[in-house]
Amino acid sequence: MDKSAHYGEPKLNSLYKQLILEHYRSPRNRGVVDDPTVEVHMQNPTCGDEIHLTLRVEDGRIAEVKHEGQGCSISQAAVSMMTKLLEDRPLDDAGHLADRFTEMMHGDEEAEKDRSMGDLRALAGVSKFPVRVKCALLGFDALQEALREIGAST
Amino acid sequence: MITLADGTYDVETIRADFPALDQEVGTKPLVYLDNAATTQKPDLVLDVMDRYYERDNANVHRGIHELSRRATEAYEGARAKVAESIHASDASEVIWTRGTTESINLVAQAWGRQTLEPGDEILLSVLEHHSNLVPWQLTAAATRAQLRYIEIDDEGEWILDDLPSLVTGRTRIVALSHVSNALGTINPVERVTAYVREHAPEAVILLDGAQALAHLDIDVQALGIDAYAFSGHKAMGPTGIGGLWARRDFLERMEPWQGGGEMISVVERESSTWAAVPHKFEAGTPNIAGAVGMGAAIDYIEAIGKPAIRAHEHKVIGYAIEQLTARFGERIRIWGPSDLDRRSGVVSFSLDFAHPHDIATIVDAEGVAIRAGHHCAQLVMKRYGVPATARASFCMYNTTGDVDRLVDALGEVEALFG
Repeated sequence: MDKSAHYGEPKLNSLYKQLILEHYRSPRNRGVVDDPTVEVHMQNPTCGDEIHLTLRVEDGRIAEVKHEGQGCSISQAAVSMMTKLLEDRPLDDAGHLADRFTEMMHGDEEAEKDRSMGDLRALAGVSKFPVRVKCALLGFDALQEALREIGAST
Repeated sequence: MITLADGTYDVETIRADFPALDQEVGTKPLVYLDNAATTQKPDLVLDVMDRYYERDNANVHRGIHELSRRATEAYEGARAKVAESIHASDASEVIWTRGTTESINLVAQAWGRQTLEPGDEILLSVLEHHSNLVPWQLTAAATRAQLRYIEIDDEGEWILDDLPSLVTGRTRIVALSHVSNALGTINPVERVTAYVREHAPEAVILLDGAQALAHLDIDVQALGIDAYAFSGHKAMGPTGIGGLWARRDFLERMEPWQGGGEMISVVERESSTWAAVPHKFEAGTPNIAGAVGMGAAIDYIEAIGKPAIRAHEHKVIGYAIEQLTARFGERIRIWGPSDLDRRSGVVSFSLDFAHPHDIATIVDAEGVAIRAGHHCAQLVMKRYGVPATARASFCMYNTTGDVDRLVDALGEVEALFG
């Protein structure tokens, strides 16, 4: 049989990229920030995945960001990649990144080519697995909640 | 239709009756192992429902005309089939509902909210599906009753040594699952019932039978209970239909919970009187086609026979546990009872190298449908300190070949994550 006509395997390969598995096995910025400006606990009630996100903001920039929690490879890799990109970035950039990533999860192919998305581009294939999109978005949901809380307090 | 050659269990003939099983997912033949969520439906059920709509469709208990007579006969005939199947003494003890959840809510509202007083106790277990927890939490909040819980041990079995402290003079309702949806435990309900009858004779005992109907012979009279809730769709029937069996004296004591047509006797300006049971609890036009379909599903199950189904499933889950253990050894944790006689069709498991969601996505790509998550049983997940498990659930049409496909598909998970 022509391998390219095979439905299951190529799709699965497009989901579980090496970079995703690498972040899943060795997550970046794991832990809790000292003296956080904001902390958000986000849970996906349908599957039990949890992310505890802590951020310290200094002069309108994200000085430090860490995450704890547990979940599937997609949710954990996504939050690891997200924190890697957020370090030392202005808060405005964080909001932009969250919007861009959400667009990518909804199938926007331009977003997929956006270099500012860094490692997160490896998650583009998740958009082909609708039931897993919520896994990838969990960390960004936590980030957006954190940004709302920061916005409300300033 | 079902042909069982010389008393042997002909699983291939049974499979041929289920059109949904005969399909490919992607390029792989489907292996359907999510039967605890919902089972597939045999041609018999689909045909009976089609025929009902094509020829007999009319409202029930209202018309004088021929179609209404036929619809009523089919609807009440299905009720009688369900009643006979669970060994009820009379068909009028079976109320049609949307399913187990609605049946439990009916009792929680029509009985619980009306009769419980502050300090009264509702006894549940941590094995319960949310549908047998949340209705009681709502009732407890409204009446200031207390919730008490039977705990479970490491194998998912009730710790009955605690009963003396859990069953008190204030115990008014005991609501427990017959079979656990998360772990497959066949609960020793008779032991609890005997204890409750002796020490809290006024308590009403309700069982959640959602996971039992397709798998076990159910005798509501022998169980010594007051009420039994069940769904059609988990037992080869359609979605949106199920029932509540309850002892007639209990039904007589319970007030209606929904008002409308069908459930009344005489309506005045200020008040009304109620129809006799079961109609007192069936306001509005019911799911007639669903009831007829469920009656056909019961016919189908009974034609094969519960003992034969149980023996077949026992063999398949035994093979599943043996093969999974042989293949993954220390890397797999299979939850629930190790004694197969105390386990129904559920095999809930964790692999130490992959999250349940990743497991389910990867085996899905191999054509194998399983469930991953908390299975609407978050108290069970908390008890074992896991956020979720993977669950393969088997029924009458699954084969040892299905088990082999599952094990091979899990090998793909290991290749990626192991």
